[in-house]
Amino acid sequence: MVLTKSPYAKSRDKMAVKKPVVWTKKDLLGIEYLTKEEIELILDNAKSFKEVLGRPLRKVPTLRGKTVANLFYEPSTRTRTSFELAAKRLSADVVTMLKESSSIQKGETLIDTGKNLEALKIDIIVVRHSSSGAAVMLSRALNISVVNAGDGWHEHPTQALLDILTLKEKLGRIKGLSVSIIGDIAHSRVARSNIWGLTKLGANVTVCAPKKLIPAGIEKLGVNITTSVEEAIKKADAINILRMQFERDEKKAFPSRMEYFKTYGITEERLKKAKKNIIVMHPGPINRGVEMSAEVADGANSVILEQVTNGIAVRMAALYLVATAKKNK
Amino acid sequence: MSILIKNGRVIDPANKRNGIFDILIERGKITKVAENIDKEAGEIIDAKDKIVIPGLIDMHVHLREPGREDIETVASATRAALSGGITSLSCMPNTYPAIDNCSEMKRLRDITKKDAACFVFITGAITKERAGVEIVDMKAMKKEGAVALSDDGNAVQDGAVMREALKKAKENNILLISHCENKNISKNGVINEGMTATKLGLRGIPKKAEYEFVERDIKLAGKTGAKIHIAHVSAKESVEIIRRAKKEGILVTAEAAPQHFSLEESACETYDTRTKMNPPLRSAEDVKAIKEGLKDGTIDAIASDHAPHGKHEKEIEFDMAAFGIIGLETSLALSIINLVDKKIISWGRLIELMSVNPARILDLKHKGSLSDASDADITIIDPEKEWVYTRDSIRSKSKNSPFINRRFKGKVVGVIIGGKLEKVDCETI
Repeated sequence: MVLTKSPYAKSRDKMAVKKPVVWTKKDLLGIEYLTKEEIELILDNAKSFKEVLGRPLRKVPTLRGKTVANLFYEPSTRTRTSFELAAKRLSADVVTMLKESSSIQKGETLIDTGKNLEALKIDIIVVRHSSSGAAVMLSRALNISVVNAGDGWHEHPTQALLDILTLKEKLGRIKGLSVSIIGDIAHSRVARSNIWGLTKLGANVTVCAPKKLIPAGIEKLGVNITTSVEEAIKKADAINILRMQFERDEKKAFPSRMEYFKTYGITEERLKKAKKNIIVMHPGPINRGVEMSAEVADGANSVILEQVTNGIAVRMAALYLVATAKKNK
Repeated sequence: MSILIKNGRVIDPANKRNGIFDILIERGKITKVAENIDKEAGEIIDAKDKIVIPGLIDMHVHLREPGREDIETVASATRAALSGGITSLSCMPNTYPAIDNCSEMKRLRDITKKDAACFVFITGAITKERAGVEIVDMKAMKKEGAVALSDDGNAVQDGAVMREALKKAKENNILLISHCENKNISKNGVINEGMTATKLGLRGIPKKAEYEFVERDIKLAGKTGAKIHIAHVSAKESVEIIRRAKKEGILVTAEAAPQHFSLEESACETYDTRTKMNPPLRSAEDVKAIKEGLKDGTIDAIASDHAPHGKHEKEIEFDMAAFGIIGLETSLALSIINLVDKKIISWGRLIELMSVNPARILDLKHKGSLSDASDADITIIDPEKEWVYTRDSIRSKSKNSPFINRRFKGKVVGVIIGGKLEKVDCETI
């Protein structure tokens, strides 16, 4: 399986005058730090890896002998399992460290934990942390690879990549698409990573939230803002619905789940005014009856479970690329 | 012992002097400044091509002693001060315990008498334990030598308490210094509210947290007739409020820290916790407003807000890291390259901001000028000397500076303190 074109191989394709993209980064920290070409390279690799997931024996020897450490400071089921499966499908060894059952609990700092993992000859740390910038900080302190599995409100790059891969599969392109991100934008790393990724690939992005949950200056990232969910849905090719994180809602933007559902919940009623084939995405976990109705979650427009499958493919690509990064010298 | 400084460019705004003069120092005092002093002296310093100024005064320094001697001491901070050309400083009371009574004042004075390499003046607390509730015995604190009172980072949140404190300050003729921060607004913010905070996913500190209290404290000072000094102004709106209040004749003075006119919030983009401070780095328009304020007299002083922190308090997750940076050794250099070299202010104005005005605001006798009979505190600068601020050169016990490895032009080469020469950079003088 050819995953990246060799930069030395002369392409016979006359169209391919573009310089082949080579992955040179030891880490995947955020979509902000990637070029459009690097995003596309991950997506192309993910496509190839997705094929592996369809085989009867879902395993390739690509990362045999490498070890991945899942370092999770925040509870997570989907992302952690997805990374674990991605590593195993690539034949890497996986160890998992959770906050509640490790030295983190005993007061060890993030950098010390990272350095210990490095000393344990881990090759890649996959880190999930409640502090924005934790992955960036860890990568600066270590020589081994760091993959960001979500840091605070900052970024969740593999989530955005799997969202974009799903969109691309469904609609064939990203450029020119209208995508609305609906929900708690202020506290959402999924929103930020999607904004970076989608705008870099040429989509028109709208963020939709109650005023208090729209962070200052977000328009400077090149997105439209609306507080009306009807407005956000109207012309959208796709909507990405965020989980309303009541546990993080310090500003008390909404007193109750019911009220949120009434004003921002995506219902079949509301979708009637949308494009017929509108793609409905959600990073999970879903709160049925809060940010979307059960009918919409299970409906024909929903691609939520396909997103989950694509998550493994995207994470296989991410682990593969950082593990085999060409030294940038 | 006597010292004669010859041929230096003497800048002494208090005496409207700016030219080539000689300075004679005898018994720790300046005894003569004239165009050509021909006199025997114990030591003769050739200050040709050097700038000779009254010693710098930093009115906002955290010495960390008593309580946190692991990150800074009177001995280490005052030596850092000297290498930055600072001959007098005023320290903040946020120590452990806080400097909120006479016996703590005395204890700290005993330490400084023993260990300090430069003059140390003490800013006491406004309230007991800096808790914002019970006002200290101002009369006793003043008698014990407090030059001002401030609750520093714990701004007095209750307006009624602040009003009462200002009344008492007026009665006792003592200056209150206010770190303006409405904590109901700043909450658990870590950097300036705006695009950078949004991008980084960090909690923002709105500028309103600062300027709302600037407005409150100035209003209260106006009503009570007390003097108020606004610490480390960072927001454009604060500058405007102070400018207006000065026009109205309210007894307000203000300071800015070099970091707030040298860096913008974008410096935080790499999550480097050495850019985390309170008030936070603000936007380009705020930086511009501060420079304007320094130029037009709205802001009276430059103070470093030297805030040492240990590695274990800084090299952690951004939102958990301590606020503040060290600044004694870079305060002058940053001011030279960002204000004087950029032609925003003159050398004369710089000396006003860093020596004349702090002495006036804190009412320090015989400091801030090169008048006859003044204390012989003198800083000698080589304005052409280029240098790099390296980690190894830092005299402070803590190394939390965002300016490490920065190249500067203009360096302190010598300091005379109380009539004694301390060579900072021996090869030049």
